Amino acid sequence: MHRDLLKFMLFAAMILAAPLAFQGGYLMNVLVFVGINTMLAIGLNLLLGYCGQISLGHAGFFGLGAYLSGVLSTTYGWNPWQAMPLAAVVVGSLAFLIGFPILKLKGHYLAMATLGMGIIMYIVFNETIDLTGGPSGLSGIPNLSIGSLDFDSDVSSYYLIWSFTLATILLTLNLANSRVGRALRAVHDSEVAARVMGVNARLLKVQIFALSAVISSLAGSLYAHTMTFISPASFGFNFSIELLTMVVIGGLGSIYGSFLGAALLTLLPEFLRAAQDYDIIIYGGLLMLMVMFMPGGLVRGVPDLFRRLLKKGGDRHA
Amino acid sequence: MRIRVISSLIVLGSLIVATAALAAAPIKIGALFAVTGPASFLGEPERNSAKMVVDEINAAGGVKGHKLELVVYDTSGDATKAVQLATRLIKDDKVLAIIGPSTTGESMAVIPVAEKDHIPLISCSAGIKITEPVKRWVFKTAQNDTLAVGRIYQQLQKQRVRRVSILTVSDGFGSSGREQLKAQAARFGITVVSDDTYGPKDTDMTAQLTRIRGIKPDAIICWGTNPGPAVIARNARQLGLKIPLYMSHGVSSRKFIELAGDAAEGIRIPSGKVLVAGLLPKSDPQKKSLMTFVKDYQRHYHAEGDHFAGHAWDAVMLLKGAIERGGNSAATIRDQLEKTRQFHGIGGTFTYSAHDHAGLGKDAFVLVEVKGRDWVIVK
Repeated sequence: MHRDLLKFMLFAAMILAAPLAFQGGYLMNVLVFVGINTMLAIGLNLLLGYCGQISLGHAGFFGLGAYLSGVLSTTYGWNPWQAMPLAAVVVGSLAFLIGFPILKLKGHYLAMATLGMGIIMYIVFNETIDLTGGPSGLSGIPNLSIGSLDFDSDVSSYYLIWSFTLATILLTLNLANSRVGRALRAVHDSEVAARVMGVNARLLKVQIFALSAVISSLAGSLYAHTMTFISPASFGFNFSIELLTMVVIGGLGSIYGSFLGAALLTLLPEFLRAAQDYDIIIYGGLLMLMVMFMPGGLVRGVPDLFRRLLKKGGDRHA
Repeated sequence: MRIRVISSLIVLGSLIVATAALAAAPIKIGALFAVTGPASFLGEPERNSAKMVVDEINAAGGVKGHKLELVVYDTSGDATKAVQLATRLIKDDKVLAIIGPSTTGESMAVIPVAEKDHIPLISCSAGIKITEPVKRWVFKTAQNDTLAVGRIYQQLQKQRVRRVSILTVSDGFGSSGREQLKAQAARFGITVVSDDTYGPKDTDMTAQLTRIRGIKPDAIICWGTNPGPAVIARNARQLGLKIPLYMSHGVSSRKFIELAGDAAEGIRIPSGKVLVAGLLPKSDPQKKSLMTFVKDYQRHYHAEGDHFAGHAWDAVMLLKGAIERGGNSAATIRDQLEKTRQFHGIGGTFTYSAHDHAGLGKDAFVLVEVKGRDWVIVK
């Protein structure tokens, strides 16, 4: 446990010091979105990696959080700090209610049901034009602020977003190492066995689904207040798939893996821009190679790779 | 003696270097286009024409001796990416102005960045919200939907048409058109008798058209971008509808006629003049720009230069004008942009002012009709 805490402290220190390395560059802005994506990936990973339940509709929860927060603070003049928790509560309760019927399904059927859920939410954002502004989006969303400190610059938003992300990491690490975490993994491996051991698998799945939705909703609110503009296109099916890719590439069932996945998928396209028109091909190729040769995700694959390289080096010396 | 030669050589050398540096100091312009993704039909021609016109300007010696340097990034139509890349253009590439983005959604997302960092932005998308209300640093070159709707209604009024059915696509372009169609109808003595929508990926609109057939309007107005309207044209032909069909400038290209085939015959749209550049009378003030643009585009890319490509052409030329009039920093370029008067571009004749950052008037649109598989001007 002490080692875990030390690891987290090191990670947090690295995150807090990062702005010094990227002073003023646009990468600061990209790192803000790495933070938001990390939260989303962790939320989905709790469900998929720990509990073994797939969701192809998480972009919907993300969008719902963003829109609730955005509409309340823009159209109805709420303080963003009040709109954000309210959005989280609404999204959480909604997920809790949807969770009961949906999570009875397994495998492909669950994938289909969550896919449908995400698409329905997208259609709602798109068609309720009077409320959400429809396809042309909602603009003029206020930034978050504390007293006279307005979180409108890249550096201040970075610290704002990452304090939420670090809190999420700490919370989920604790959860994963607790009795609940062990119960989740038991459900993942065999739901029947878990129930025999006295785990209320049905309720647990729904609770985790709701928690995962709450995290996504918070990320959505933060996104809305940082971007100050939202449109349905950001919350469609494609983004759900991108989140899934982050979780799988990073490593199922690993919190730090989710960070690696989110960081890689957000930063890689930026670095590949140097390759001009070939960036998409290289991007796709790299993802394919990673899935083929690192089925456990980056978090397990990279140390494995090092170990293998070291071993080879060692053999040659011997 | 030798020392004097060496020192004079050094002075001479440094003078040459200094003048070379002065003459060469390029002016950096950023551009954000959706070159890939669902909006690539906008972004690709825009990038092509921006690159083309910058090359031409540089080949002719640049602007006041300064070469232009264009930094283009692909946003793939994603608002989040557009914001990141706008930040990159401003912070890392240190551009003096930004052209684009291609879609209204991206433009709305990038506006706060441009306003905050005080960089002039010339958007290539049509949404009316971009320049209304006027934002200090934001201009645009694409024609407002207001003007397109006005042009259709003006014609309908002339023909004493009173009852219209509207059929719009449920995306940004369609919903903006729908709003304008409903808002302006009363002013022309027109009532909207039915209001239907279709999805951007729908492949059959027979249901909506059958409903409209039952209502018997005097005209149908369809608002969308390819391929939806082509499907509607075909469906209407299959149903044997005889009601006049009007569409938006969203289909103003030969591509639409290719997609709709014979069903396109007789369809009327409001369009930027580039579609019928060759047919315009010599007296048209835009004729010269239009012919140059169409010929250059054909030569460079062996393709038809459409009005989307025109938006980027206009944006670069507007910037060129602003720099020629003395703009040499982000702030002075902005001020000079606002002083643009009577610039005859591709999208229309631009006159910006402190109250108008869209700059176009009613003459930006002509009404055209498909006749014999080609567009002709409606007299």
